This record gives sequence, C-alpha cells and structure tokens, in this order.
Amino acid sequence: MDNDGIELSDEEEITAQTVLRTLQNAWQNERLAPEILPHQNDMVECMLGQIQHMERNINKLPKTDFRASIHKMELNRIKFIICNYLKTRLYKIEKYCISILNDEKQRLESGTNYLTHSEYKYAQEYLLNMENHLKTTALNQVPGNMQTFDLNKLVIYPNLQSHVFLKANETVTGIVLEDLSGDQDEEIDLEEGSQHILQYKPIADLVKNGKVQLV
Amino acid sequence: MFGEKVIELLKEAERNRDTIDQYNDEKVRQIIEEMHVLFKMNMADANATTENKSLWTTVQVRHSALERNKRCLLAYLYSRMNKIKTLRWEFGSVLPPDVRELLSDSEYEWFSKYSTNLASYMRSLGQDIGYSGIDLTENLRPPKSLYIEVLCLTDYGKLELEDGDVILLKKNSRHFLPTSECQTLIRQGILKQIM
Repeated sequence: MDNDGIELSDEEEITAQTVLRTLQNAWQNERLAPEILPHQNDMVECMLGQIQHMERNINKLPKTDFRASIHKMELNRIKFIICNYLKTRLYKIEKYCISILNDEKQRLESGTNYLTHSEYKYAQEYLLNMENHLKTTALNQVPGNMQTFDLNKLVIYPNLQSHVFLKANETVTGIVLEDLSGDQDEEIDLEEGSQHILQYKPIADLVKNGKVQLV
Repeated sequence: MFGEKVIELLKEAERNRDTIDQYNDEKVRQIIEEMHVLFKMNMADANATTENKSLWTTVQVRHSALERNKRCLLAYLYSRMNKIKTLRWEFGSVLPPDVRELLSDSEYEWFSKYSTNLASYMRSLGQDIGYSGIDLTENLRPPKSLYIEVLCLTDYGKLELEDGDVILLKKNSRHFLPTSECQTLIRQGILKQIM
C-alpha cells in the first residue's frame, strides 16, 4: 500500500509513513500470533490523528477532484487496518479471557501490560457478564456441590505450540528449539531476511521486540 | 442412562454451527432435574456408606455423571454465547424480533450487557486525542472500491450522505454510493450489492 495520502510531517521525529508501517506490522503479527501481543496504542492514536487531519484536507478539495477520491480510498484502507487490528485483539481477549486476565494481573504489577486500559476493563466486564449468565442459567439451579464457578476448569489457553511463518528482520543467534519427544534440544540461528517455519513458543519474545516479523 | 439428554443437547447445537437455534428450555430443565435426582441418590448412599463400602463405586459413577452433565451444560451455553456475539456484530445493538425469540431471557440480558460493554469500549477508542470513538462493526470487509452499485429492496425513505447530499431510497431503485455508507444498510437487508 502506498501512502501518498499522508503529506504532512510530524513535529515528532517519526513520520506518518513509519507509523503506518509499524501499524501494518503490528496488525500482521497480531493476526498470525496465537497469543495476544503488547498493544500499540500510541501508534493507533497517532494514526487516528492523521486520519482526522487528512479528512479535513480532503474536504477542502472540490468534490470532483480526482485526488479526493484516491485519498479517500487510501483512508478507508487505513481505517480498515485499524479496525481489524483492534477487532483481532478483542477476539483474542474474549476467547482467552481468563488466561489473559491472569497473566495481565502479574504484568500490571511490573508495568509491562499488554492490554490498554479500556481493553483491560472490557476483559473484566466480559468475564463478569459470562459468570453471571452461567450462574443464573445453570449453576444456581444445579445441586449444591456442583454450583461452583470454577475458573480453572473453564480457562482456554492459546496454543503456543502452533507453527508460524516468519521472516527475520535482523540476525538472531542461538534460538533453542525444545525437543518434546526426546531430550535433544536444537539450537538454530536466523539470518537477516531469511524465512522460516517454526513453533511459536521459542520465538514469541522475538516477535514482541520486533526482531522477527510473522508472515 | 445418565447424561444422555445432555449429549442430545450438544448434538443439536453442533448440527447448525453457523446459525442459532431456539434455546432448548425444556431439555435444560430435564438435565438439571436429572442432576438433582442423581445428587439425592448420592447423598442417601453416601450417608449409608460409612460402614458399607460396597456402594462407593456407585457413588463415584453418579458423581462423574454429575460432573459430566455440568460440563456439557456449560459447553452448550458457552457455544450459544459465541453465536450471540456474532449476532451483535451482524445486527448491531437491536435484534430483529424473530432472532430475539430464539434467545432465552437470561441470554437476552447477556446480549444487552455484552452490547453495552462493547459500545463503551468502542466509545473509549481514541478519546485521548478528541475522537468520539470508532465503530468497529463497520469495515468488516476490506474495502475493494470506493463506490459500489446497490439495489434498494424496500422503501426506506431519505438518506443523507456524509457530504450532505440527500438521496431517496425507493424499492427497486439503483444507486451508486460510497461503500462506507452502505455497509450497515446492506447488512440490515435494505440495500443489496449488485456485482
């Protein structure tokens, strides 16, 4: 996607083009990774600001101007990316609600939270609603010792053992691949620009710090 | 045999994966009843078994049946919840009456809560920079082109576009409209996209 639509440069060091690129990468990673990734709220908000600005610019152009429709199309695409990115996160939050909330509680203490404030609130509310619904419909009517709402039994974990396609952004050495069947762990290096199919778990941290890109 | 009804319930939910069926109130009630019967029998036997250990196996089996019933019942409700979520994304916060009838009262309450929660999340998006929120239920599909040709299926009346133009949507009239403005109307079945 070309971003000829973004003409203004920021006061900050970062350009609109970089923001879009980061956002696209984040979106791609989020769609392909089995677990939830750290949020990119700054990028989303920055992009939203840009969109607002551009919309104002477009409205200044006469309606028949050919440029206007091209820029509008571009804007729609960017909006779609943002919406889809946020929606993918919501989907994961809903599906892995319990496990995410458990992990997030620990991460909040160390200040490395993955969810934004509103996402966290959403997750809590979602779980509460689910609990209430299950209780009123079923649990409160079944015999006494069956009534417990046992979170540990309902929890769904993302499958970190699933395989992903990835491309190395920079050279990474010494990734340990565990051998589940035996005890012979394998160690591999990723060359810059090379592509691989690997299990998600050993490279999870590399995805989060941007050293590899899921494709 | 124990746990047979609950399997019927799950099979029923499994049969139509993409659509939602009528909430099976009757069967859920029967299952809960079965659980009560099992529980009473177990209580009676458990009290009697302190000296007589021959009943322990029976109690164990009944307990497993209870656990199984509970688990399957929750699975049924959970899979329905997932389907109801899809409804929220497709229809918005107001359900058409025929769909509304398929849900139990408690499910409907859950739906409204889910809907409120989702709405307040969407409103909070971009609030720091003066945005009034983003509707994530728009833009469900990647935009292919800026304008699409649509056929109007009902007499809808006037529609004001973003740029201020007002068009009249009459039955069987054809329009060439911005994609972003028709999405909701298409999903509501007022417009239909013509290839």
